[in-house]
Order: sequence, then C-alpha cells, then structure tokens
Amino acid sequence: MNVSGTDLLLWVAVPYMCLAVFAVGHVWRYRHDQFGWTTHTSQLLEHRWLRWGSPLFHLGAFMVIAGHAVGLAVPASWTEAVGISEHTYHTTAVWAGSVAGVAMVTGLGMLCARRLLTRRIRLGTDRSDKLLFPLLSATVLLGIAATAAHNIFGDGYDYRGTVSVWFRGLFTLQPQPEAITGAPLLFQLHALTACLLFAAWPFTRLVHVWSVPVGYLVRPYVVYRRRTVPARSDRGTVRPYRRTDADRFTASDRSS
Amino acid sequence: MRVMAHIAMVMNLDKCIGCHTCSVTCKQTWSNRPGVEYAWFNNVETKPGVGYPRRYEDQEQWKGGWTLDKRGRLVLRSGGRVRRLLSLFSNPNLPAIEDYYEPVTYDYDNLVSAPAGQDIPVARPRSVLTGKPTAITWGANWEDGLGGAPENAGGDPNLTGEWAEKVKFEFEQTFLFHLPRLCEHCLNPACVSACPSGAMYKRVEDGIVLVDQDRCRGWRMCVTACPYKKVYVNHATGKAEKCTFCFPRIEAGQPTVCSETCVGRLRYLGLLLYDADRVGEAAATPDEKDLLDAQRGVFLDPHDPEVAAAARESGIPEDWLAAARRSPVYDLVSRYKVALPLHPEYRTLPMVWYVPPLSPVLDAVDAAGGNQDDPDHVFAAVTRLRIPLEYLAELFTAGDTDVVAGVLMKLTALRSYMRERTLGEAGDEAALKAVGLTAREAEDLHRLLAVAKYEDRYVVPAAHKEDAAALTAMENRCPVESSGDAPSDRRVLLGIPTLRRPSTGDPV
Repeated sequence: MNVSGTDLLLWVAVPYMCLAVFAVGHVWRYRHDQFGWTTHTSQLLEHRWLRWGSPLFHLGAFMVIAGHAVGLAVPASWTEAVGISEHTYHTTAVWAGSVAGVAMVTGLGMLCARRLLTRRIRLGTDRSDKLLFPLLSATVLLGIAATAAHNIFGDGYDYRGTVSVWFRGLFTLQPQPEAITGAPLLFQLHALTACLLFAAWPFTRLVHVWSVPVGYLVRPYVVYRRRTVPARSDRGTVRPYRRTDADRFTASDRSS
Repeated sequence: MRVMAHIAMVMNLDKCIGCHTCSVTCKQTWSNRPGVEYAWFNNVETKPGVGYPRRYEDQEQWKGGWTLDKRGRLVLRSGGRVRRLLSLFSNPNLPAIEDYYEPVTYDYDNLVSAPAGQDIPVARPRSVLTGKPTAITWGANWEDGLGGAPENAGGDPNLTGEWAEKVKFEFEQTFLFHLPRLCEHCLNPACVSACPSGAMYKRVEDGIVLVDQDRCRGWRMCVTACPYKKVYVNHATGKAEKCTFCFPRIEAGQPTVCSETCVGRLRYLGLLLYDADRVGEAAATPDEKDLLDAQRGVFLDPHDPEVAAAARESGIPEDWLAAARRSPVYDLVSRYKVALPLHPEYRTLPMVWYVPPLSPVLDAVDAAGGNQDDPDHVFAAVTRLRIPLEYLAELFTAGDTDVVAGVLMKLTALRSYMRERTLGEAGDEAALKAVGLTAREAEDLHRLLAVAKYEDRYVVPAAHKEDAAALTAMENRCPVESSGDAPSDRRVLLGIPTLRRPSTGDPV
C-alpha cells in the first residue's frame, strides 16, 4: 500500500472534516437558528418555471439519492448473492440513473435559470444560496458527466469496486484512500464536490430536507397550544426551537 | 361540554367610511418590514369589488376553506393530507405576487438631491422587489370608492347568477360599502389544518391563531388553505406571517391596534364562550345556509349557571367569565343576532363578524323615490329591492336573503324607533315588536351600536399573570430599572404599559 500525503488529505482528512462539519453544523444550526430553518420558498415571486423545475428536481433527486445509496452502500457481492448479475445491475443503474439524472439536471437548470433571470429572485438570493446553487450544480454535473463519459459513451467503469469501497471505508472507520486514487478524474471530482456539499449542507436551505413533514399524515387537523408551559427546571432538556410567544412565558413570573 | 374562551370582533359596517386608518396603523405596527411589503394583515376593500388578493373569494380557483365530500365529511378544499404533501414542491393554488400587487416605494431622495432647475423634482415609484422604476397598476384597494369598477368590479366573485348581471350594469347607481378584513381567527381554521409542520396553532386561552416563526418551514400550504387569504408568505424570511390579533395588547387587556385607531369606532371586541367539542360537528353542517345557526349554536350563554360551572371546570378564571357576560360581541352575535359572519360557507367558523350595512338599502329607497325615514318604505325596499340584499347574502349568509333581510329590518325598526324617541315622541313599538325587540332591548342595542364608549366597545380581560403575563414576555427586550419609590424589583418596560385595564366588571 502506497498512499501519498495528498491522497490521505483528499480522501481521508477532507471527507472526515466535511462529515464533522456536517454533523456539528446541523446541531449548531438546529439549536441556534430555528428561525432560519426553512425551504425559503420563492414561489410567490415566480411560479411558471418553478411549476416544472421544482418537481423535476426534487423527484429526480430522490431517485438519484436512492441510486447512490444502493450503489455506494451495498457491496457488489451482496447484489450478486441475491442473483443480480453485474451486467443486469449495470444496465439498470445506467438506465434508471440516466432518467433520474436528466430529470434532476433539467429541474436544477430551470431553478438556476429562474434564480438568475428573474430579477426579483436574484435580488432575494442570499449568501448561502450563492454557495449552494453553484456547489450543487457542480456536483450534479460532474456526477452525470462521469456516468456519461465512462458508462454511457465510454467502455464502462465499475465504480462499485473502487469509489464504493472508499465510501464504505469511511463509515466503517477503516479508510481505504487507495481504493479511489485510481478512479477516473470525473469520479474523483464528483466525490470531492459531494464532500464539500455535505459540509455546506447545514448552513444552507438544504436543511429543509430534515423537516419532511411526515408527521402531518397522522396528527389532528387543528393544533391547539396553551400559552403557558409547565415550569422547566431541567435546563438540559429545554428544546431550543420552542421559542414561541408561548414559551417565552416561563415560570419566572410564577414566583411572584 | 368543553368550554373555551375566544376573543372575537364585530364590525358595524354602516359606520365604516373607508379611511384605511386601521390598515395603516396595523401595517406600521406589524408589517412594515422587508418581505411583507405587499401584505396587509388588515385591509379595507370596496364592495362590490374583486378584493385583495384579486378574486380571493373564488374558491373554485383558489381552493380555500373546507368543503364536504360525497359522504358528508369535512375535507379541505385543496385536498387531503397526501395530496398536500405531494404538492410541496410546487403548490398549484398559491396566489402570485401579481394577484396581490407589486409593492413600490418612491425616489424620495430625488426631491432633495435634484439639481436646481425650472421643473419641480418628482418622486417616481420604484418596485421594492426589483428596485426598478415601475408603473403602479394595482393595489390592496385599487377600486377604492368603485374607481375603475366598470372594468374590474364585474370580476367580484360574489356577483353570480341572473341578478348579478343587473348589478354589473347598474351598481354604480345602486350601492357601495367598505369591508375591513383581517384574520378571522376561525374556530375551525383551515390554515392550521393545512400546515404540514404543525407550526400554526390556535391558542386554548383566547382562540388567537398564530404562526410559530421558529417551527414554520415555509411549505406555504396555509396560504392556499385560508379562504380569506389572510396568511402571507414573507419572501425575505421564507416563513408564513399573519394577523396576530395584536396578542401582546390583548394580553394586557387592550384592544387591537386596528380597533384602537378605528376612526368610525365601528369595531367591538369581547369574549365569546364556546363548546370546543361541537366545533367539528357545526362545521360539517350539511346545508350551507344552516352554518350560521350552527355556529351560533357552538357559542355558549355566559349567563347560564351550567355554562359558568363548566367554564370554571375548564379553568376559565372568574374575571374572564365576568368579561364574557359584559361582552358586546356576545350581545351583537347571539343576543340581538344583528352580526353575521363573513362567508360562513367556507366552513371555517370565522370569529370576526359584521353588522351588515343598511346604507345600500337606504340608497335604493332614495333611488326608488321613497322616504328612507319611513320604516314601511325601508321594509318594502328590503323585501323588494333584491340587488343589495342578494349581494349582502352572498357575503354574510351563504346566499340566504331572509336572514340578511331580518337583520336589516331590525336595524330599520331600531332606527325609526330611536329617531322618534330622540325627538321626544313616545315611539311606535309596533315596528319593534315586528322584529322581535322590546323597547328596553332597543334602547340597549341602540346604545351599543350608536353611542357605546370605549369601555363598552372593548371588553378585553387581561391575561392572567399566573398563566402567562404579557409583561414577562418582554423580559428579554429592553427593560430599565425604575427609579424613585417603586418597589425595587419592579421593572419598567419601555413601550409597554404597566397599567392594566381593570377587567373585573360587575356581573350583569
């Protein structure tokens, strides 16, 4: 095993740093910035492009994420064990991935276009968006370029034996930087921008992903809340997001 | 029976002169910030007119409020829960900024910085969304006083059917009135029910509907669900905002800003006790025209000892019960039944009610050559002149003209009786009897509608200190220690009144 310092930095240090920022950043943001935690919808200001762009992007993204989960997390030996041959897997992945990728790229393109071309939205674009949109676009484009160059028009590249091994190694705490050093440049760049995207995640509107309102399906329609809350002595369990008008009325006044 | 207290409002539309003071003071208090320039938590519309946002009353288009499905169950018109989650990526029924209007500011700087010259410098309008010079082509009450009505007012969604055709051609000669609107703080709020994150809620203590700014995730489903279009997206923060019923003032026993500053003194604030267990059933009343009575049936009589006992059971304090007994809103809504809800057919059970205006009918009497001081002429007009009546019925009674006619006759009889009394005559009680009022009740209702003082119009009990003192809410704002002889631990809070209005009036 012969791994250079640069490789260690790029494929071990950077990913772990990005994951650390991802985790700590989310905790910090959740505790300190509930008010900023939003999809930051701009449909009010522009809806014609969003009408198609947003569903295309989101649905495409779900498929892409699912594809990545399978491709990166599931070792090739497991899929072969259940009787899926490498060829079948590859063909399915390329086809489904292409559909998902095209949907996502088209959607993201429309969303970027409206953000750039609609003056109202461009002026309302904040710093986090200016980081997020290019970074997300770069990641998506590099990913689809890698697939196109190597697996659609090229003679095929089995990333499951290299990139996926490196990816799994990060999470099993047995980093294998050597697994990815031989991968084509496009795959490497895609992996790196993805790492940066994860690091940026908690500081952008991407946090709305964690607020998918599945609880809405089962809760009662009308929500009642009391203005008062019981006295809380256990400061450690105070939920920081409950800073509503209701919760500012704490027990301090009861003593008088 | 689960008794809850609700702070509610009634507006006497005959007194509204459309001065927009309520809207302006509300805006300066709550929505003069970036992102909500276009939003008016309180606005005043000219009726007939398309309203703000444009044609918001057309629920075929905007899908606001509730409806009954084929099996008679109450469902949101914008669809069920799954459908709502599926439209998170793009909400098909969200008004665009064009449906409100493009907010503008003016080049005020040009007035002082323009070089000396022959011409007087002007301040041109500039869009606050794009910063570019723009023409002002629409606003929150563009048709003020029926301006531009021939082109626009035909778009009023309340003008439907045959009689509406007639209105479209004649209404400039017939009638006009102003309709101040704010959040209805509904008993069965569609916005709360549509909020995927559970950020919107109705307060148990006083029924005020609020958006928890920390929990709102900007899914914008509330805007669609509210049939009155009184929830707004703040495009700068990406969160929903709405009328708060000035809860910090209400908690301190003070009227809302719109009520406090109303020049015509047409607003009334008071408590209504209601049975929370009967809300769902009332909202699902099969016939739209029965919704008014169904909602009145949810309200409880604060003078009833059983109600009082149940209210104490659910923790409603004694001074709140006393305030509920003195509530002008209860008198107008349930005792005299002269106040009506706006669009009960939306099935949200709104809590801002209106005394319908008599003026359209009186104008019609004049136009027909009658004498508007003669109750017989007015009664005849109420029954024969269908146009204003049907229009008012579309707004306030789901199309039931009999109910509106009954209220207008009551107001007419009251008007005529009190005129005679004021002129020193005995007063003809026959007309009163015909509308179900005694002389004493007439005096009382007249006092309430015509000469009620501040304390009579606004009966707002302060929030209980042991529950939730409004003053502690301000603890983390800008307190300064008081000087002088006040108790040493007492803080004086800037901008917050330290005196509360006494709310323990004698039970009547």
